[in-house]
Amino acid sequence: MLSRTAENLYWLGRYTERAESTARLIEMGRRMAMLPSVTDDDEWKSVLTAAGALPAPGTTAELTERDVIRELLLEPAKTSSIRACLMRARENGRAVRTALTQDMWEALNEGWRRLEFMDDYEACRDLSTILDWVKLRTSTLRGASETSMLRNDGFDFFRLGGYVERADMMLRLLDVKYYVLLPETETVGGGRDHHQWTSVLHANSATRAYHHLYLGDYTPWQISDFLILNRDFPRSLSFSYQQICVHLSSLEDRYGETKPCIGTASEMNTRLRDLRMGEIFQMGLHEFIGEALAKTNTLAGEIADAYHF
Amino acid sequence: MFNEMQEADGATRHAYARIESWLKEAGPDLLRQRGLDAEAIFRRIGITFAVYGEGGDPDRLIPFDLIPRVFTASEWRTMSRGIEQRARALNAFLYDVYHRGEILKAGLIPEHLVYNNEAFLPDMVGVDPPGKVYSHIVGIDIVRTGPESFLVLEDNCRTPSGVSYMLENREIMMRMFPELFGSRSVDRVDNYPDMLRATLEEVAPPSQSGDPTIVLLTPGSFNSAYYEHSFLADLTGIELVEPQDLFVDEGKCWMRTTRGPKVVDVIYRRIDDDFIDPLAFRPDSMLGVPGLFEVYRAGNVTLCSAPGSGVADDKAIYTFVPAMIRFYLGERPILQNVPTWQCGKPDDLQYVRENIADLVVKEVHGSGGYGMLIGPQSTTAECAEYMARVEANPGNFIAQPTLELSSAPTLEDGSISDRHVDFRPFCLVGKRIRLVPGGLTRVALKKGSLVVNSSQGGGVKDTWILSE
Repeated sequence: MLSRTAENLYWLGRYTERAESTARLIEMGRRMAMLPSVTDDDEWKSVLTAAGALPAPGTTAELTERDVIRELLLEPAKTSSIRACLMRARENGRAVRTALTQDMWEALNEGWRRLEFMDDYEACRDLSTILDWVKLRTSTLRGASETSMLRNDGFDFFRLGGYVERADMMLRLLDVKYYVLLPETETVGGGRDHHQWTSVLHANSATRAYHHLYLGDYTPWQISDFLILNRDFPRSLSFSYQQICVHLSSLEDRYGETKPCIGTASEMNTRLRDLRMGEIFQMGLHEFIGEALAKTNTLAGEIADAYHF
Repeated sequence: MFNEMQEADGATRHAYARIESWLKEAGPDLLRQRGLDAEAIFRRIGITFAVYGEGGDPDRLIPFDLIPRVFTASEWRTMSRGIEQRARALNAFLYDVYHRGEILKAGLIPEHLVYNNEAFLPDMVGVDPPGKVYSHIVGIDIVRTGPESFLVLEDNCRTPSGVSYMLENREIMMRMFPELFGSRSVDRVDNYPDMLRATLEEVAPPSQSGDPTIVLLTPGSFNSAYYEHSFLADLTGIELVEPQDLFVDEGKCWMRTTRGPKVVDVIYRRIDDDFIDPLAFRPDSMLGVPGLFEVYRAGNVTLCSAPGSGVADDKAIYTFVPAMIRFYLGERPILQNVPTWQCGKPDDLQYVRENIADLVVKEVHGSGGYGMLIGPQSTTAECAEYMARVEANPGNFIAQPTLELSSAPTLEDGSISDRHVDFRPFCLVGKRIRLVPGGLTRVALKKGSLVVNSSQGGGVKDTWILSE
């Protein structure tokens, strides 16, 4: 497979995943901003930060929903916005038309210009419909790949991109929200914190899954455990790393070569499998997240090196 | 004017009997609806065409007309023999001008038309491409002016495009009107990709053994024909590469893959000569693969078409194709040329000067229907202005009579009217010649217009060759 094709498929996976995660983030922000006790724009700020689109330092103006939607939904140039992600996903897909199945291409091509001519008024008015549409598009693409794509190296690169991005997005969300998950905040108590914790679950469409596992008992400890270490929840850090390893080993088998990236990924995977939440809190949640973010970055670089991107 | 569907007395030609009954049964509402369906399918699949320099919608569709254009088996028999004959002669000419130049020595073609031609590449002299084939895919534009009168308007020896439309138009028709294709009445075209692949395999460097690695070289996804590039690569199972995917090392051409470098044997290039190799052709070019031309000259990779093939499809050379057929093949030309006046010749120039209002005048190197004058459709002032350009550089222009292009029934908002059409079949040349029964019919959608180019508001139709 051409290195460029591998790279395009990898980024197709990443941009698609990023568009979807950003849609969830905006949903979370909106939900939080609706809470009666919220008086400042902290929630929208944390949404922007998690998406990697913090407003320029020195901007003091209050952030509104409309600002965030302009930035994270409609902004054409920055890759933190859904519009830019969908556009780049399509560009990456178009550059490797031959590596995509017809179903995948149609999923990618259908309605891809919808956001192009949308203004912020319309976007705010129809926000939930639009975000649902974004999630539907990305699910359709993934579904099409599931049912139509050959299980060859191309499939591995596509999925690998998706899981690297998912791990990265989860870590960035945790990075801006870690303070609400620290045990100390439990003592603060009150409705606000409860909503803070659940908001993190909402951002991952995970409330119901969480209920099933922890029977409605919201503690920051368990929420962190769920999002970081749970082996079965498909958006958890641990799950993403399991899958990264699956696809990297598949590539290793195919090519018959062991690359540094597989070592980095397995090490992280083993660690996530064996760690307990207590140990993470002991070493410091913030430190752990920072370290995992750095590892994920290293891994992305090693993948590009290994396959000559 | 020749009407493809109707005899002079209004009776339907035999070839169109099926189309006629179908149009009656379907009725205007269904046809209008199906027209919209077809457009939606084309857009969803992503068959689009960008027009250079026009701006606007980068993902424009070429309009598709539902009513097929039909040839009988015997019409096709004649045409296909003529097409193959022409493809052989053009390749023989290319071999000759890059070797001994016999046809020039024989005085049949003026030397300066070849050696001073911009498309002539002195570096190609003495190079022996596998099988002596230069132009592997020859697109020949044919117009019809009467029941037996098929004229060649233009040859395309470099990288003719449009074959994806031939294939997709048929797919769409079969999907929307399966009843039309019952009883195996229409010859199939869907084996074109297999034939293309077989052709490319046949011209691999002789030194290469085993299955050759074949790639299709595209300028990239922003090229107007990118859809076609990816479509062909997909259907032939060859790798679609961009210049940056290739590099030259140790006298060979390699592509960058996830498993490291891999040798490339055959390159079906869909980029112009100028952009193949910046070292050989355009030092200022950012495109291309440095050193590729040297690898080609050494016989370690095959380029399809060969660099310098354009000298055969130049409009000034075009006039001499019948002479080539007699000279190289010793045969009589089956397809005739459109009479052409070379403005570079004083007598011809005088004729053009006196008759410009009745003629079509074109630039020798122009293409895509740009920069031409259609006398009968222009004002006296426009003719005079164009004539001034011709006088300034006569050698750069040719003139032809304004042909009465045949017209075929075409849908316009549910009702049927006649529009002018032409036809481009695609002839494949490897160790042997292959030709699918079909081609691309282009239609001028503007009433009365003679310009069928998609860049100028032309559309396309499915083309049927009826089975014997």
